Amino acid sequence: MEKTEITQKKLEGLAGDLYNQFEKGIVPHISLPSRTKANIEYSTKDDVWVYGDQETLRSVKTVRGAKTLLKTVYLSELLIKEHLKNNRGSTLREIYYISENWDIAKFHEQAESDRLIEDLEIVTALQREDFHVRPEEDGAAVFGPLKLQEKTRRGEKEIHCQEDVGEAGYQIPFNVDNVKFLSHDAKMVMAIETGGMYARLIENGFDEELNAILVHIKGQPARSTRRFIKKLNAELKLPVVVFTDGDPWSYRIFASIAYGAIKSAHLSEHLVTPTARFLGVQPSDIVDYNLSTDKLTDQDMQALRAELTDPRFNTPYWVKQIKLQMDLKKKAEQQAFAGKGLDFVTKKYLPERLTEMGII
Amino acid sequence: MEIAEELAKQQKAISVAEFFEKNRQILGFDSAPRALITCVKEAVDNSLDACEDAGILPDIFVQIKRNGDYYQVIVEDNGPGIVPEEIPRVFAKLLYGSRFHTLRQSRGQQGIGISAGVLYSQLTSGKPTKVISKIAPSRPARYCELMINTAKNEPEIIKEEDMDWERPRGTRVELEMEGSYVRSRRQSVFGSLKSAAIVNPHARITLVEPEGNIEVFERATEALPKKAYAIQPHPAGIELGELIKLLRYTDKKKLRVFLKETFSSIGTISAQELCSRAGLDPETSPTGLEHEEAKRLLAAFKQLKMKSPPVDCLSPIGEDLIKAGLEKEFRLDFIATMVRPVCVYSGNPFLVEVGLGFGGELEKESRVEILRFANRVPLVYQQGACAITHAVESVSWKNYSLGQPTGSGVPVGPAVLLVHIASTNIPFTSESKDAVADVPEILAEIDLGLKEVARKLRRYLSRQSVLSERREKEEIIRKILPRIAKKLSDILEKEEPDIGPVVAKIMGNLLVFRRKDAQNGLTNVQIEVENHSDLVRAFKLHEVLKQEAVAVSPAAKVVSLGDSYDYHWKLTLGPGESTTLSYTIHSDDTALGEPVVEGLDAEIVTGARVI
Repeated sequence: MEKTEITQKKLEGLAGDLYNQFEKGIVPHISLPSRTKANIEYSTKDDVWVYGDQETLRSVKTVRGAKTLLKTVYLSELLIKEHLKNNRGSTLREIYYISENWDIAKFHEQAESDRLIEDLEIVTALQREDFHVRPEEDGAAVFGPLKLQEKTRRGEKEIHCQEDVGEAGYQIPFNVDNVKFLSHDAKMVMAIETGGMYARLIENGFDEELNAILVHIKGQPARSTRRFIKKLNAELKLPVVVFTDGDPWSYRIFASIAYGAIKSAHLSEHLVTPTARFLGVQPSDIVDYNLSTDKLTDQDMQALRAELTDPRFNTPYWVKQIKLQMDLKKKAEQQAFAGKGLDFVTKKYLPERLTEMGII
Repeated sequence: MEIAEELAKQQKAISVAEFFEKNRQILGFDSAPRALITCVKEAVDNSLDACEDAGILPDIFVQIKRNGDYYQVIVEDNGPGIVPEEIPRVFAKLLYGSRFHTLRQSRGQQGIGISAGVLYSQLTSGKPTKVISKIAPSRPARYCELMINTAKNEPEIIKEEDMDWERPRGTRVELEMEGSYVRSRRQSVFGSLKSAAIVNPHARITLVEPEGNIEVFERATEALPKKAYAIQPHPAGIELGELIKLLRYTDKKKLRVFLKETFSSIGTISAQELCSRAGLDPETSPTGLEHEEAKRLLAAFKQLKMKSPPVDCLSPIGEDLIKAGLEKEFRLDFIATMVRPVCVYSGNPFLVEVGLGFGGELEKESRVEILRFANRVPLVYQQGACAITHAVESVSWKNYSLGQPTGSGVPVGPAVLLVHIASTNIPFTSESKDAVADVPEILAEIDLGLKEVARKLRRYLSRQSVLSERREKEEIIRKILPRIAKKLSDILEKEEPDIGPVVAKIMGNLLVFRRKDAQNGLTNVQIEVENHSDLVRAFKLHEVLKQEAVAVSPAAKVVSLGDSYDYHWKLTLGPGESTTLSYTIHSDDTALGEPVVEGLDAEIVTGARVI
């Protein structure tokens, strides 16, 4: 069966369940895993974090529950009749605007429609790309010794991520399923938080020197970026290292790549790269390399404390690093290496760190 | 000369006017904004008292004007006026008045208020007070310019003449003084008049502010408050010294007559009873009583249960007018009121009235506003020192659905509290009449009144929450469920599902749900009956059929109606219980009417007609 057909059947199945509940005199409801930090657990099967057994019941017994179910059926109709049957798509934001005409089923803010789409992903065990729903922003950029093929509206294109692209690199499309890897000459994948560091490594020729595929993740990585990294890791069997700033928010970026995020734990198996490793900037680097730093703010301290209670950071390595940082009360940016000279990061820090990690 | 003799030369009497000249804070003239408020308040109180005595609906005009560094206060009323000879002493002699020696509820008591204003005015501006008063349309008005001779506490008349005045009767007083006009807070001329308007809904008060802005507090009723009559002191709580004084100066020759005539609530029988308890001869002369005997008499007062003092010495606002007053000045969702019975402290009858307004446009997160009144006069200052505040603070408001963050203190929430104490003698903490003293009897009565209105509030709020739950369910049923059903049928391209059974479950109704199944010339009918409520439901269920049914289970009573048959079952279902009724008809094309339920209200039944 074609993917579109499967998707349509699943959405209709959801509507059918609700219909049957009415017919049987059961108060219509949908049950969903509860999406909180307390209900995240480690799946030993896939080495990723997934939702636990706690469920929330959404029923028409309350006005809120009833309205959410009403919105759910309106949204299902849109996805079935507009998207799947006509082979069209909308962005998350467009869906929020489409609901303007839905009277009392209208979404009050985009966060509400985004959440409902995630709910539909969970209930149907599908992904939003299957519903032809795409995010506003594009995926991030890739630069490195990799040749791939992308299925576009203008046919299939072959692209080499060093030779056929500009200085900014290859842009990851929102549906990574349309990308096929052809060949590569890489030894590792390096995910980089900031544009500044990504450009620095390209300028210094780091991708050629160490055969690295550089992925600019642009802050908190979009789904397509995480899927792309996962795909590189799974299909090409390349090790993944994550290079971010040295502050609590950046550790969360790493966590979302390596362990998954609470919001998208239902998609962990598609998005998460459990073997990804944290390269730096580590709190211990601040001491070892005597980096220029900023003071931790109260919010930073709070975030560090929260991370100590987060199951994803409950490893000896992280506990040690986080506690060290709380003692130092300092944080460092990736750009702090520039203080030691423009080549310091590619000539000294990265080679040392990668050797220490056993990657080169 | 001995030192004592030397010192004795310096001893001399202090005039009361001199005393207050040096201690103006006692009278409420301690700050510039406050002096203005006190002055207006005293003049308005006098006007209201005068109108009440004369049975006139008060129409009071207040104007504050700026005059260089000074303020001019003008208060004019439509009251009975003051006879020309009395004008100087009423306005320019302290402790001169008509109310001090009677036991009757009135705003003014000691005869200090307005003369203190006159005193303050002459101290700060050096100008005399101007008074116009007229007692009848046919008589000329009298105009006076007055000052107080503080050494003697006697009026000094600067100017005195007859004049024409357009009013048929009334009084106008004009004072000039140092002051400061504030508007925004409750402690202001505006705020104090607004409060006065709440407890005097029969008065119209017009205020012209310095900038020319005009505020009219319109009257909410045309009915005058019930007139308060003067009474004798009540024996409960009277003190020994007071009793001895009364005994010594009475003109009555016999003790029993003295008792009956001097006190309220003592009749012939209780006078006899008191004498015998005290071991005194009822025929003896009261003036000759020994100290010891007076003590026994007082003890007898305490033993004997006396009836309450007569109510007519007090003039409560009444529940209706408290409500009208609150409605007039606030937008509210709910008002509860309570008038407590008359009680006595130290021989003085008093009565407490409480009003509570809730919701509307009141602030949800701030402390509740307390409007304090004594004998229809708003109390503006020293809220923290007042018995009313103390009583409010000691109620546990959390039990009555208002917030009280620290467990005691003034509650928090969208509410306003009004407490009025009416008494022949309000026990103020000081002469400026800002706060009522913590008299245990008064505290207890306020407490009871507050709890009574608080209980009413709690009942109202719990009723509201039941209603809002009901409204919530109705929204689900009327607006949301039908739309979900419609959309589902659109998506699946099927008929719209019957939402009846789900509605019954959500509403906690009795559900009657019938299925038909026709085959081989037979129609099998099943009726599911489910009780979704929390209560036992007993009722009859009727099926009216064109032909006789077979295999009726459980057995039903049948009544032939000529061309049809009425099958009915008597059913009792407990909470959550259900049952199935079934029968068969020899026909495969049976049009059935709606099932009928008898003995329940229509709104608690789904899926059947109710008779």
